[in-house]
Amino acid sequence: MNSATEKKLDPDQINVILATDCGSTTTKAILIEKVNGEYRQTYRGEAPTTVEEPAADVTVGVVNAVTEVGELAGRKLIDENGEIIRPAQGDVGCDIYISTSSAGGGLQMMVAGVVREMSAASAKRAALGAGAIVMDTICSNDKRLPHEQIQRIRELRPDMILLAGGTDGGTQKHVVQLAELIAPAKPQPRFGGTYKMPIIYAGNQEATELVEEAFDEDVKLTTVANVRPVLEQENLAPARDAIHDLFLEHVMAHAPGYNKLISWADAPIMPTPGAVGNILQTIAERQGINALGVDIGGATTDVFSVFDGTFNRTVSANLGMSYSISNVCASATLPMILRWVHLNMDPRALQNHIKNKMIRPTTIPQTREALVFEQAVAREALRLAYIQHKEFATTLKGVQQQRTVGDTFSQETSGQSIVDNMKLNLLVGSGGVLSHAPNMQQTAAMMIDAFEPEGMTVLAKDSIFMMPHLGVLAQVHPAAALQVFERDCLIYLGTCIAPRGFYKAGKTCFAYKITGKTLNESGEMVCGDMRLFPLGDDEWATVTVEPRRGYDFGEGSGKRVEFKARGGTVGLILDARGRPLMVPADESRHLAELNSWVEELKLYPEVT
Amino acid sequence: MTQAYSPGLQVRRQTLHSSRRILPIPGDVLVKVGEQVSAQQIVAQTFMPGDVTPINVANQISVAPSEVPGCMLFKEGDEVQVGDLLARSKGIFGFFKSETKAKTAGTIESISHVTGQVILRGAPLPIQVRAYQAGVVKEVIPEQGVVIESEVTFLQGILGIGGEAYGTIQFACQTKDQPLTEELLDESIKGKVVIGGARMTGTAVKRGIELGAAAIVSGGIDDEDLKEILGYDLGVAVTGSEHLGTTLIITEGFGDIAMAERTFNLLKEREGAEAAVNGTTQIRAGVLRPEIVIPMDESMTSDSSAEDVKATSGLLETGVPVRIIRDPYFGLLGEVGEMPTELRTLESGSQSRVLEVILDSGEKVIVPRANVELIEG
Repeated sequence: MNSATEKKLDPDQINVILATDCGSTTTKAILIEKVNGEYRQTYRGEAPTTVEEPAADVTVGVVNAVTEVGELAGRKLIDENGEIIRPAQGDVGCDIYISTSSAGGGLQMMVAGVVREMSAASAKRAALGAGAIVMDTICSNDKRLPHEQIQRIRELRPDMILLAGGTDGGTQKHVVQLAELIAPAKPQPRFGGTYKMPIIYAGNQEATELVEEAFDEDVKLTTVANVRPVLEQENLAPARDAIHDLFLEHVMAHAPGYNKLISWADAPIMPTPGAVGNILQTIAERQGINALGVDIGGATTDVFSVFDGTFNRTVSANLGMSYSISNVCASATLPMILRWVHLNMDPRALQNHIKNKMIRPTTIPQTREALVFEQAVAREALRLAYIQHKEFATTLKGVQQQRTVGDTFSQETSGQSIVDNMKLNLLVGSGGVLSHAPNMQQTAAMMIDAFEPEGMTVLAKDSIFMMPHLGVLAQVHPAAALQVFERDCLIYLGTCIAPRGFYKAGKTCFAYKITGKTLNESGEMVCGDMRLFPLGDDEWATVTVEPRRGYDFGEGSGKRVEFKARGGTVGLILDARGRPLMVPADESRHLAELNSWVEELKLYPEVT
Repeated sequence: MTQAYSPGLQVRRQTLHSSRRILPIPGDVLVKVGEQVSAQQIVAQTFMPGDVTPINVANQISVAPSEVPGCMLFKEGDEVQVGDLLARSKGIFGFFKSETKAKTAGTIESISHVTGQVILRGAPLPIQVRAYQAGVVKEVIPEQGVVIESEVTFLQGILGIGGEAYGTIQFACQTKDQPLTEELLDESIKGKVVIGGARMTGTAVKRGIELGAAAIVSGGIDDEDLKEILGYDLGVAVTGSEHLGTTLIITEGFGDIAMAERTFNLLKEREGAEAAVNGTTQIRAGVLRPEIVIPMDESMTSDSSAEDVKATSGLLETGVPVRIIRDPYFGLLGEVGEMPTELRTLESGSQSRVLEVILDSGEKVIVPRANVELIEG
């Protein structure tokens, strides 16, 4: 257990909070202060992350970022020895210091389970939930021969391995067989060759001794409770906690300067995505809503969801906007990207343009064409990451469900996705391409096109990527985290209202009536229409929709529904393009519709 | 405010360069401090545990897993050869015995009474590290490897395919903006580091591979050509393990783009010299660029007056040479003019810190600071 976990904190005595996030390239620092009895995020600074030569000490980057915050805030935060001053006295120091990290590429894991759809899926969920990138899943039924599996384990250099399999008291043979495959592979850890590969066993507890026998002293084996003790139940928390502990004690401790950082922090350092998941869970729990969050980065896209209290997180390891932009294009294909582009572009030049962005990932679009194209790529990256998330966030597989007569014609089997766009209340976007889009309409449009929200969905964005900081803060001071999240982190863009149902060219989709303090409108939406109504932040409007047959706002086909819509910096968007969203196949017609959406949402106004 | 520009590619006529040559797992270092080594000399070696072959003996001789240890004719640690009888069942009253033979040679690592599985480990796999850079052994890291140092001409490319290669520098193109096409290549390029000018065409690369070129270096490549050469679309710029037979390095980027004049001229100056090249690229944190390392020889003087561009201090400031790395001026070279402090609105609508670049043609253009890289001496 690291020293950070032993510190006792009194939430009432905390007035100044300093938080950092050590990213793979940039270390971000924010200051949270109690102003008039409320916690507010006040200043922000950043500096390059310094895990590599010549500094080779992560705390150097932290001190640089914190110094910048201190200068902006007029508060001395670093003492003469280069350490963070605590507790706060007047305009010197802070009360607590917390941090997250994904420096060094974050936590990379391999998982192994007996059956891909059952124990291996549970192990993967535990690893992803802890903030890891899952490099590969080894299981008895993955169609690879044993020697191929061993070869794969040898090729990869994960930070740790999670092994699961079998229900408690069930069969032991298969999970021991997996252990026997992993042990001789002698997996090499990523950082250096001096520490032992951590392996977490979270399978059939009765097979623990046999699994221990399979491994020798070349690995560090930790046994925790089974991730799937019975078929109908998952128990991911013990494995998740063990991953966090091992991440701190073994992986981070081997990165330069981390021991010092760990000793500075007043709460355990968490992997960045794990922290983002925490804050989303907290907000969904407090407000009693279903929420979906996305963080689109340069290398990966993380999707987080909380539906009916169940949290899921996926990392799409090679879907991103800079390092992985080429992979987005390879996965989505160029025609799929170009369906979001309303300007004429040369496909060959675009392909080279994508590769040039991949090799020089820090560049930004200077021209309107380049911006339009990058935002089109972003839509596809988000869409693909969301598909992966929906496939992963399912009810437990392998569990028999009781079916009634009413289910006779339903083809649904066990393991359905629990992500339901119709039930989604809040969609939060984060990451450069969403957070730094020149206007908010573009952010809203990218999220709507990629996620296709149905019914009524509130859209928001993370203002300055503070969700990781708040995720850790939620562990030590939930009230402060929630206040800052609501007041300074989230920027409400508005509400999107869209029915489920197929696009039928020229047909009326639904009628609407909007009543509010500043907005009173009514009319009809034809299939393919998008309409934007101004509805300011903190404003609400009552929206009544009457769909035609075949269209559903959540109450059934053709049923009238009334919503209370929240305004925002963009406003209220009515979307009659159909769900699933399909663009017309005919090119000229498609271009006409695309241009009408661009114009209606004022996506790319001329810059004077 | 963080510095948004990209550190540039290094193009140095003469520099004291060191290469760290480390084994992936502990082993033996074969050279001593102060020793002169050649580029292809092996300086350290070790052995990886051999490949393993799992054998499900219980299934093969139809016995319960718990009976397998009793049926084995070898014990853990024993060596077996192909065809050796591994295990024999006890049969019924001594009759109907089943047997299984080893299909691969190796040492028995484990015999499981739970799964009935036997793990056979093959012979250790040798791993050798070459010096790569001809020079003097500056440091020996016990059991790990060495640091080799020497005065070299050092050039970085932007992206490479394939790993380390060695050969004499030979030019195929006469100017920096001449595309490298297949007609320019003949049998003389076998084992050579071939230098082109602008874009290397797909057919030229295929011809170069057929003729056995050690490496091909040119300004650019078309994405479509690269896809065809590799047989897949490069998703992320993490390369080095491809096995084309020829290492490829592009110095500028994708598309029809000429090699930077300074790079071309410097390579021209070293024509005929022995070079070591490495295409390994990793554009992530801890960036790795492909490189060309050419040790200095007696004909080269230590006079640095031939440096045609002043070395930068690593900071973006007025007067330093830069390359624009994004549309609409992609590939153009110039020097930094004014650096306004306030944010400017770009044509895209984004707000950004910008700078003025005075192009070689004399024209002045405004670009985001993130869209230039330093030309580093």
